[in-house]
Amino acid sequence: MTATSAPETPPEVDLGGEARSRRTDKGFTGLVTLAGAMVLIVLGLILVTTSFQAWPAIALDPIEFITGTRWSPSDEVFGTLGFLYGTLVTSIIAMIVAVPVSIGIALFITEVAHRRSRKYIVTIVDLLATIPSVVFGLVGSIVLIPWVTPIYQWWAGVVSPIPGLNAIFDETNTGRNYFTAGLILAVMCIPIITSISREVFATVPDIDKQGAYALGATRWEMVKGAILPHSFGGLVGASMLGLGRAMGETIAVALVIGGAIGINTNVFAPGNTMAAVIAQQWGESGGLHTDALIGIGVLLFAITVLINFLARVVVRRAELKMKGAHS
Amino acid sequence: MKLNRRTVLGTITAGALALSMAACGGSDDESGDGDLASGEIIGSGASFPDAFYAAAIEAYGEINPDLVVTYSADGSSAGKEAFGQDLNDFAGTDSLVGDDDGPEAGSFQYIPTVAAPITVSYNLPGVEGVQIDQETLAGIFQGDITTWNDPALVATNPDLTLPDTAITVAHRSDGSGTTKNFSTFLDEATDTWTLGASDEIEWPEGSIGGEKNTGVATVITQTEGAIGYVDLADATETGLVTAAIENADGAFVQPSLDASTAALDGAVVNDDLSYNPLNAAGAESYAIVAPTYILIRTDYEDENVAAGVKEFVTYLLTDGQDIAADAHFAALPEALRTKALDALNETIA
Repeated sequence: MTATSAPETPPEVDLGGEARSRRTDKGFTGLVTLAGAMVLIVLGLILVTTSFQAWPAIALDPIEFITGTRWSPSDEVFGTLGFLYGTLVTSIIAMIVAVPVSIGIALFITEVAHRRSRKYIVTIVDLLATIPSVVFGLVGSIVLIPWVTPIYQWWAGVVSPIPGLNAIFDETNTGRNYFTAGLILAVMCIPIITSISREVFATVPDIDKQGAYALGATRWEMVKGAILPHSFGGLVGASMLGLGRAMGETIAVALVIGGAIGINTNVFAPGNTMAAVIAQQWGESGGLHTDALIGIGVLLFAITVLINFLARVVVRRAELKMKGAHS
Repeated sequence: MKLNRRTVLGTITAGALALSMAACGGSDDESGDGDLASGEIIGSGASFPDAFYAAAIEAYGEINPDLVVTYSADGSSAGKEAFGQDLNDFAGTDSLVGDDDGPEAGSFQYIPTVAAPITVSYNLPGVEGVQIDQETLAGIFQGDITTWNDPALVATNPDLTLPDTAITVAHRSDGSGTTKNFSTFLDEATDTWTLGASDEIEWPEGSIGGEKNTGVATVITQTEGAIGYVDLADATETGLVTAAIENADGAFVQPSLDASTAALDGAVVNDDLSYNPLNAAGAESYAIVAPTYILIRTDYEDENVAAGVKEFVTYLLTDGQDIAADAHFAALPEALRTKALDALNETIA
């Protein structure tokens, strides 16, 4: 075997043309970094400017602002707890209704539906997402409410002897309440949650599914054992996105929630949410009242950020658990 | 793009078409009357009279197409603020200008334009023409009177059989000049009204809020036993039944345009042309009439704009008054109308 000797000098390389592509590379990196930084800057600016503008109203009584239930602009009393409660209750109702339905639809599309019809079902569900929110509000206000009010009254009657439940589902004279708002929000969130869940379910490896079948699992046991654990993180992420939409939805809620101020444990009673009250009272507000409304906006922003952060924590924990089980 | 014969021909045709369009659309002063104002004037403010202003702008556009008038119904507060910041040429407002509303004192002049009654509409199948006296009205909207067959209601309606349906109060969920006028009426006319006079009221529990006048009208139609305050236009179009309200002379009058003009007739007009037609006296006057004004500047920088505003507002106060009725608004009584025209001519020479 003859040893090959390395050449004495390295081969000639022309580095002249590299300078331009290095500059282009730097420019590209800079531009992209700027775009990323832009998002942070905008977020920061929104937070700073709104807090600054809202300060005069919050400074009147900061504790009362968050914990008070009385909202009376003419007396300069601003208590947002009622609106906080409304946002939470309507969002929770929306999630309770939307998440199981969306997961069901996603499972139907990925597991049960005929392969050829999947495309059409997906298109139809996505169509629901394209309907403008205000149309949901109008349909809710004019069509849904008269139809659903007798159902509320019937249910309140059924539940009235049960303590605890009868405080949540109490008598009502109207369909304009937390529950109707929650229902409409649920319909608006279903397309988002379904679409992401569907994609998450599609990433479940076939091996896991086939393995479950091989062990004798029924279809439901396969879903419970192979698909759901694998997709838990993604499903939480999808639900959080849906929750974000539900919490911020303004006009659809404003049209059906009945504009009552304060906390009411009866979900069949009228209420109000943070986003809806801003939209309703903005036009005729002035001075301190406007500042207080901006303060509600800051609060909503903070809560949305908090919930998104919590969602990430949950997802990361779930993924660690899953990866641990898989490795 | 390939420069072949089709592209060249297409471009030439498109260009020729564009040029001819431009030539046709040029200013064509066929009217020949050089005295009419031209240009553009911008107004914004109250949504209450929007139906009337929109109809008036359309009708005016046929008389003088050279003057383009735009009015955007952003709300009285937004209109006054924009007026103070020189962002509009005239503002529409249902309420008088306060200290922090925007316009500085002395920079504007009130011009009353129209008025409209605020009806008290209700939903009680089979019961028409309920008569409600002032104290009872306050009691109902405060939540003190809770059923339709309450003695206070029965006392003023001897000819009607009132059922024992529960009363549900319907109100505005958004901040509103209509709420302000309605609550001001209850505040001034009764001693028992405790909820104050403003565009946001702390309504009693069990009341339902609707967005804008249409929302309140919808709530009333959907809930049996509901009662609420709705402007005449929406009440008429939704087909609501209205109640006759007691006025300052003790007469029970149904809301109508004639009854509103009668109320304006009896009102005291201040020097700055603001007036208060609420709780008017007179056998025919309806008790709850809401005024609306236009704010014009005492000093316009641009002469063309001043001429345009003057011409348009003159139209509103002359021929425009005839179309008010179609939009369910009451025209001003003669005395007030003349005063308004005089003030307009004095402010914009």
